[in-house]
Amino acid sequence: MGGTTGGSKGMTTRDTDWDGVRLHVVTGKGGTGKTTVAAAMALALASAGRRVLLIEVEGRQGIARLFDCPPLPYEERKVAIGLGAHGAGQGGDVYALTVDPEGALLDYLEMFYNMRRTAKALTRLGVVDFATTIAPGLSDVLVTGKATEAARRRVSRRDDSHVYHAVVMDAPPTGRISRFLDVSTEVSGLAKVGPIRTHADTVARVIRSPQTVVHFVTTLEEMPVQETLDGIAELHELTGDAIRPGGIFINMARPAILNRADLAAAASGSLDVAELSVGLKAAGISDNHGLAADLMTELKEHAQQVAMQDREREELLTSGRPHYELPMIPEGIDLASLYQLAAALREQGAA
Amino acid sequence: MSAPEASGRGDRAVAPVKLGMDRIIDDRRTRIIVCCGSGGVGKTTAAAAIGLRAAERGRQACVLTVDPARRLAQSMGLTSLDNTPRQVDGVETANGGSLHAMMLDMKRTFDEIVEAHADPDRAAQILANPFYQSLSSSFAGTQEYMAMEKLGQLRHADEWDLIVVDTPPSRSALDFLDAPQRLGRFLDGRLIRLLTLPAKAGMSYMKVLNAGFAMMTGALTKILGTQVLKDAQTFVTALDTMFGGFRERAEATYRLLQTPGTAFLVIAAPEPDALREASYFVERLDAERMPLAGLILNRVHTSPAGRLSAARSLAAAETLEMQDRPNESEVSAPRYTIAVAALRMHAERMQLGKRERRLAEHFTAAHPAIPVAEVVAQPEDVHDLAGLRVIGTILSQQGS
Repeated sequence: MGGTTGGSKGMTTRDTDWDGVRLHVVTGKGGTGKTTVAAAMALALASAGRRVLLIEVEGRQGIARLFDCPPLPYEERKVAIGLGAHGAGQGGDVYALTVDPEGALLDYLEMFYNMRRTAKALTRLGVVDFATTIAPGLSDVLVTGKATEAARRRVSRRDDSHVYHAVVMDAPPTGRISRFLDVSTEVSGLAKVGPIRTHADTVARVIRSPQTVVHFVTTLEEMPVQETLDGIAELHELTGDAIRPGGIFINMARPAILNRADLAAAASGSLDVAELSVGLKAAGISDNHGLAADLMTELKEHAQQVAMQDREREELLTSGRPHYELPMIPEGIDLASLYQLAAALREQGAA
Repeated sequence: MSAPEASGRGDRAVAPVKLGMDRIIDDRRTRIIVCCGSGGVGKTTAAAAIGLRAAERGRQACVLTVDPARRLAQSMGLTSLDNTPRQVDGVETANGGSLHAMMLDMKRTFDEIVEAHADPDRAAQILANPFYQSLSSSFAGTQEYMAMEKLGQLRHADEWDLIVVDTPPSRSALDFLDAPQRLGRFLDGRLIRLLTLPAKAGMSYMKVLNAGFAMMTGALTKILGTQVLKDAQTFVTALDTMFGGFRERAEATYRLLQTPGTAFLVIAAPEPDALREASYFVERLDAERMPLAGLILNRVHTSPAGRLSAARSLAAAETLEMQDRPNESEVSAPRYTIAVAALRMHAERMQLGKRERRLAEHFTAAHPAIPVAEVVAQPEDVHDLAGLRVIGTILSQQGS
């Protein structure tokens, strides 16, 4: 199955929905599990022989916590091994990097002007503060610039295969994503010409190419669903789909535990409490103080929740985007559950 | 297995102090309630529910919100973004209270400050500057600053005796406190002073300045280009006359938040990240001597059947499944489908509740003096006044 040669040539792969994409930007409303999904996506993409970089841009150290490692510096470090093929062998390597505007500025100055010491002096003078306060567009272009640089990076002059098979970015939340990515527009308002403009244009070319897609993480609740649809619409309005929407990742979905008819009955309160009570007795649990009735209340709430989820899912599907569903993990997210989510993503063709 | 599982009250390792919401909103000395916390924890809903309850208990309340869900906004009459508080219909006014609500228009608030504090020519110059446009319409920091500014204005207007603020959906809950100071620090910064020097003192001054300045402008020109640097200088110079005003206002609002008339409520969901943010925030408020009223733990999962433990429930479900198919080959209609489903779901719910309880205990162990109110997860989204009333009631009836 999975190809084992590195680089971009001669891969033998099963088809996934995002073949050819090098930069996966993952956004979502706060609380929807954006970082978790980005991490699971990185694990799923890192099949045998493939190296994947997971980038965090908001300085929360969420990736370090997920992978149970010390806080990540501004440096690409290996944090995990990707998801292997069906029970056979291990996957490739997952690297992680935390990008902050200050580090990105130093990096940019060193890479393009070879002036690291000047850059440090500028930092002391508050240039970074200046950029982030007065013109967040400038710091956004530095941060996205780092991600696009990693996505395009080649092994060496001789070996032009890519260092990273894919880059996954744990990006700012849905409400800010369009502006964050629409760097050339943001910067062109400030700079008509000049080096920063040139840099922004280079970054924009990658972000506006088929190599980049924006995935939306949501739960099946009203507000996150609304923000997801608004976010997709905003990308369309601001960039005319030059920045491409990717998939919708439905996170923490609770599966229905009853068939439709029983769910409907539970919702309307017409399920037979006596029948449940008989069941409890058969299992050796006495129905004291109306236990069966209380459990029935829980079933009713579950039915209401499933109905709400169905409504929200339908709403999401109006966008016509491919969608993937990830289960709620009641024990909380740890490394093992990340692999479980990664497997679910791969099964559904997301990676 | 035999140990009782977390089922309700009283069996907590660490029991927090109960947060008495009605005492806070009934106290006429409470003039401002700030709801803060990380994104997606239900700040907006909490702020709206508190505002509504306060109004129905006789306060002249105003809710300042930043980004409400559409249906909730509609139910509160927030259909247009006009930056002024509007009266909310459908509020019970028997106790003589009223409710207004407004949605923050960040850019408009900023424009109004500029227009109020600069002569028309200068104001026009600032409003047209590309740096001003970027600053006033971007999200990082400005929204927080403008929320503070608007809060100051509403408080100053003195038309309401209680203002409930919902803080912007920041990267981190701390941005709300930091942004105004950051803007102040920025405006006072060395870089700004250097940038404004040429305009202030003429070029001769620059020669006196050491090579550092030349190096810095050289580098800035290299990164940004000459035009950008010039625009930045123009903007900063134009803004210069307003610096004092900006800083003073930011500081005044900050001091206002430190007075006993303010009550901070930290909102969190029972999730590790949200509670970690809440912890940071609580510590920060303490360090800044901001009056913290308590923590609202939102969307907590409890069970009406808490006396049946997860383990017993799961075991019972398995027993019934065995009875339903005594041997694999025999196909008969299962008798206990509903019971099995109910038991399995109950087990999962108990597990989730237990995990949330652990997280809450973790918080209380670290901050034992902080009062806590829990809001049970609602099966459906809150999007009307009736839903807000339910939340308000839950907030006020924390077991005793």
